[in-house]
Amino acid sequence: MLAQTRRSFSFQGRSFLAFVLAPSAPLHDWVQELEAWTAKSPDFFSKKPVILDLSGISLNKADFTEFLMLLRTRKFRLLSIEGVDPDWLEPELEPLADSKHNKDFQIAQSELVKSSLSVLQNTPDIKTLILNNPVRSGQSIHFPSGDVTIIGSVASGAEIISGGSIHIYGTLRGRAFAGSAGNEKARIFCNRFEAELLVIGGIYKSPENIDKDFYGKPVQAWLEGKMIKLKQME
Amino acid sequence: MAKVVVVTSGKGGVGKTTSTAALGAALAQNGQSVVVVDFDIGLRNLDLMMGAERRVIFDLINVIQGSANLSQALIRDKRLENLYLLAASQTRDKNALTEKGVLQVISELRKKFDWVLCDSPAGIERGAVLAMKHADIAIIIANPEISSVRDSDRIIGLLDAKTERAKNGQEVEKHLLITRFDSSRAGTGEMLEVDDISDILSIPLLGVVPESKDILSASNLGIPVTLSNKNSTSAQAYSDAAKRLNKEDIPIIIPTKKRNFLAGWFSGRAA
Repeated sequence: MLAQTRRSFSFQGRSFLAFVLAPSAPLHDWVQELEAWTAKSPDFFSKKPVILDLSGISLNKADFTEFLMLLRTRKFRLLSIEGVDPDWLEPELEPLADSKHNKDFQIAQSELVKSSLSVLQNTPDIKTLILNNPVRSGQSIHFPSGDVTIIGSVASGAEIISGGSIHIYGTLRGRAFAGSAGNEKARIFCNRFEAELLVIGGIYKSPENIDKDFYGKPVQAWLEGKMIKLKQME
Repeated sequence: MAKVVVVTSGKGGVGKTTSTAALGAALAQNGQSVVVVDFDIGLRNLDLMMGAERRVIFDLINVIQGSANLSQALIRDKRLENLYLLAASQTRDKNALTEKGVLQVISELRKKFDWVLCDSPAGIERGAVLAMKHADIAIIIANPEISSVRDSDRIIGLLDAKTERAKNGQEVEKHLLITRFDSSRAGTGEMLEVDDISDILSIPLLGVVPESKDILSASNLGIPVTLSNKNSTSAQAYSDAAKRLNKEDIPIIIPTKKRNFLAGWFSGRAA
């Protein structure tokens, strides 16, 4: 009476957003910068998937193991490691990722996987999230698929993570992450700038490195090369 | 129609309990029936502020657990006959509060009183969330310093997310009450200004209560400041705030530095 036929076992691919941590040489300085950063926001990375990209530095295996230990004690949740000798990755370590060869995505040449690949293509779909209320401390707005517009202020301790640009018709006192999926054309606009952190396309700038003159002014921020630039708006 | 008010702040020590007692007494002085409810299970203080610590036999937890009924646990104030206290349990902890029990007690209180003032515990955990759960109105207490203001902002976020009103797509009416405002430090940059706090929190201002010795002595005497020293500036600020809760239109006075003769003269000239 078992009329139901069991479907064949299927694998699915799905694209996710993850933070890519790419240390630069000299590693010692980079680690110090990271320490300063995590001291300010101890739990920032603890609940976010992180991919470690080591292609920018040269390490030997001992250093590599030590470095991984350090990240673990700092509550980093590594999803995958990129840019190291595959032989170093012991079975208990995170799997190797290889974004440089993204085109060779076909995991296996089986028909099954090919049919699901069409779903993975990113369809450009312009969307905007509009919030009519202030974003309060402790709130996190995550909108990876487009722009975020806020009619109100973003409080100290709040964060906006947008796949596109961020427009704040109020005071930005919290953190703004524009172009979270790597969109380097994304910008951040606010009526009044008192931000705790600006990030565009993964490049960040903390208020310590921002001219005090921008404080309290209407400001736009954008990415030029690997630097966030700010300009006062009229 | 009864109004349920939560007095909350996030941060501790900003004056929630003092304000609950003072506002409760002020509302009762206007002739309305008022109950003040202590939600700070395990760290109760409202009974002390009301001078009723020796009269607590049954408390909120007894009512929730059914070992006493509400009328047994309500303590009538000795000075105002339409003011009541429902004390917290000092021996239990916040886990003794149940969602169902809180709902039951609040619904019963709604039938008996014009105002139900819930004194929230500090923090953003279970106790604070249960205290705000059934509120129609929230009074957010903030001190003029950044940590208090940011914690208040966090609490406002919770009011928009965790209350029954929020879940039904309604809004909790929110008011900002600034307490411990030190007029001698106003304008010197040592303390956040009223305008800055209002701007950051962007909710309407209910009043500004100056830091004062009258409040401390009222607490120690167990008499709400609005009863112990009616003419003091802090009592006046609370009385006015209570009237504003009743939708009376009273201009807000922001305590400023007492100017000496010369300072007054100079600022007069500058203006």
